Amino acid sequence: MTVATNQTILVVGGGISGMTAALEAAETGKQVVLVEKNPWLGGRTAQLYRYFPKMCHPTCGLEINLRRLKANPRIQVYTLAEVTGINGVKGDYTVTVKQTPRYVNEKCTACGDCAKAVDGEIDDAFNYNLGKTKVAYLPHVMSYPQRYVLDPSIKGTPDADKAKAACKVGAIDLDMQEELLNFKAGAIVWATGWQPYDAKKITPYRYGEFANVITNVEFERLADPKGPTGGKILRPSDGKEARNVAFIQCAGSRDENHLRHCSRFCCMGSLKQTHYVQEAYGDAGKSTIYYIDIRAIDRFEDFYQKVKANPNVGFIKSKVARITQDKDQNPVLWGVNTEGYKRYSTPHDLVVLAVGMEPSVKGVEIPAEVMSDSSGFVMADPANAGIFGAGCATNALDVNRAVQSATAAALRAIQVVNKVARAEA
Amino acid sequence: MSNMNEQMAAKYKNNFLKEIEEQAEMGDWVKMCMQCGVCSGSCPTNFHAGWDHPPQEIFMMIRAGKREEVLTSNSMWQCTSCYNCYVRCPRKVPITHIMHGIAEYAYRLGLAPKMQPSLHLSQTFWNNATKHGRVNEVQLTQSLYFKDGIGAGIKKAMEMKDVALGLVKAKRLNIMEALGGGHKCKDVDGIHKMLAKAKELEAKRKAGKAAGA
Ligand SMILES: Cc1cc2nc3c(=O)[nH]c(=O)nc-3n(C[C@H](O)[C@H](O)[C@H](O)COP(=O)(O)OP(=O)(O)OC[C@H]3O[C@@H](n4cnc5c(N)ncnc54)[C@H](O)[C@@H]3O)c2cc1C
Ligand code: SF4
Ligand code: SF4
Repeated sequence: MTVATNQTILVVGGGISGMTAALEAAETGKQVVLVEKNPWLGGRTAQLYRYFPKMCHPTCGLEINLRRLKANPRIQVYTLAEVTGINGVKGDYTVTVKQTPRYVNEKCTACGDCAKAVDGEIDDAFNYNLGKTKVAYLPHVMSYPQRYVLDPSIKGTPDADKAKAACKVGAIDLDMQEELLNFKAGAIVWATGWQPYDAKKITPYRYGEFANVITNVEFERLADPKGPTGGKILRPSDGKEARNVAFIQCAGSRDENHLRHCSRFCCMGSLKQTHYVQEAYGDAGKSTIYYIDIRAIDRFEDFYQKVKANPNVGFIKSKVARITQDKDQNPVLWGVNTEGYKRYSTPHDLVVLAVGMEPSVKGVEIPAEVMSDSSGFVMADPANAGIFGAGCATNALDVNRAVQSATAAALRAIQVVNKVARAEA
Repeated sequence: MSNMNEQMAAKYKNNFLKEIEEQAEMGDWVKMCMQCGVCSGSCPTNFHAGWDHPPQEIFMMIRAGKREEVLTSNSMWQCTSCYNCYVRCPRKVPITHIMHGIAEYAYRLGLAPKMQPSLHLSQTFWNNATKHGRVNEVQLTQSLYFKDGIGAGIKKAMEMKDVALGLVKAKRLNIMEALGGGHKCKDVDGIHKMLAKAKELEAKRKAGKAAGA
């Protein structure tokens, strides 16, 4: 049962930004409802192998936040849930949330017996569909809630019976139905994050056609020991070790034909990913970054200088014009080096497109009046002052800046519900 | 140096970028280039020899004030108008049009390379087409083939003989054109008057720009 009043803060999106906003607000004593559409919390940060600048594993930061969350009775979390309607005004909203069934209830101990019992497989969304997972699955090791999920496709198949039979604690409930929940909220934090730009749209790079042209988000999963290759950096075409990796910056960003904005994190993202190549293959691992200019903003200059000093990392000042493929399925990069205006056509084992960030709200109806900028990011709307954007829903940000923005949004939301509380007192 | 060239050089002294912005068609886009290199890498001619400077480099040279080198360069004349650069440029710089704008400006200043093949073709085509209001294909081909002398012309004509005969058979080429016959426009006078007026208007506009209006 949702306990919510117009002093409650609704947080939409349970990535690092949404979790932060929810925690900050709840830790000041506010009632919070957190709504996440995935079956797990953590958002895209959880899908990184390591994160800059300290190269720590996301599990570390996630663990701290999950501890805070579990310790706080004022936050109610809904996963597999989406907001479908917002009515009312600042200080007095009524929201509708659609809850999709998980088919596994809270009795689940995450023993994994159901997954062992079933045969059916689906694309592994957590690994950006690079591998398969069972139809009964735990999205990833740090999933919160620590509960298995049954994919809806299992219904009516023999796998459904097998899963049910295998579960010793009776956690599987195939009769669960989609539900619509209605509750009140005084203020709303919109933290639905970002999505990678669709690389297929950058046609000269032939993503989707050439197996060995992949995106930066996929590369994170390749490098992760918990990913589809067990952390080995292998080429999709033939499983060969990818020791000579090219990174193409601004793939889709800073481009009037694609995303207008600089996505800000992707220079640092690729600089970070050269570490993965070095880590995997030592001095035999070579990285080449093709760039317009490197934007290692403010405190990250150090990080950049260290990567630059690595003799195994090359930098070519040029936006690659197009990619072809040789007979061994090596992608060949064509362009002109701005330093000297010399042409090149260079083969690599693997090409990583540093695709930019697009707001996940782009093209999606937010069920309320919210302003957005020319790239589709949410902006503060003076006419609708009870809804605040946070994190990558508002701009292309790295984790650090996303968290700052989430704290700011929480503070604004707190002010709104405080006003409601004073009026009601 | 032509008179106009001296005038312009004096007028803009050390600001060649400004000169291009104000005098060359579409020149005001040059400053939008961020030197990413996509245009150069997309240019089909750039991967052949003989292209002095790719577009990206031309734009940088303009900013660096390399007036003489840019205006006498053959680069703008090599542009095939394929529009690859234009459609791919992340800044939507109308590169193809700028290349033609600079080429035309260099020509007006009398700095375009002499006997540059595309320049020669443009001039020949223009003179040919405007004479009767229709292109005389035989004469146009002749003047192109014989551009580098009689020997070279005959050689080229012999090479293309079968193609020409095929075209004649298919009624796509009229041999009478060699003698000034063939198809013509009905109102040649009218065409000439119209072109003269257009030329007058354009000259006025450009003179105004050159004078700083
Ligand atoms: C390849 C790559 C490498 C990166 N490396 C680093 C790094 O090393 N260091 C760093 O600081 N940053 C890095 N980043 C950036 C980092 O991923 C982001 O800053 C971070 O994910 C932002 O978090 P967020 O919560 O704002 O958004 P998200 O992580 O996108 O979270 C949004 C959440 O909202 C949910 N959601 C979306 N729509 C709805 C809806 N309608 N209803 C309910 N829920 C919804 C989503 O499921 C998701 O869980 C990297 C990014 C990429 C692409
Ligand atoms: S951060 Fe770097 S790669 Fe990303 S859009 Fe900006 S300049 Fe391009
Ligand atoms: S593609 Fe556009 S921005 Fe890039 S170098 Fe060429 S003109 Fe400049």
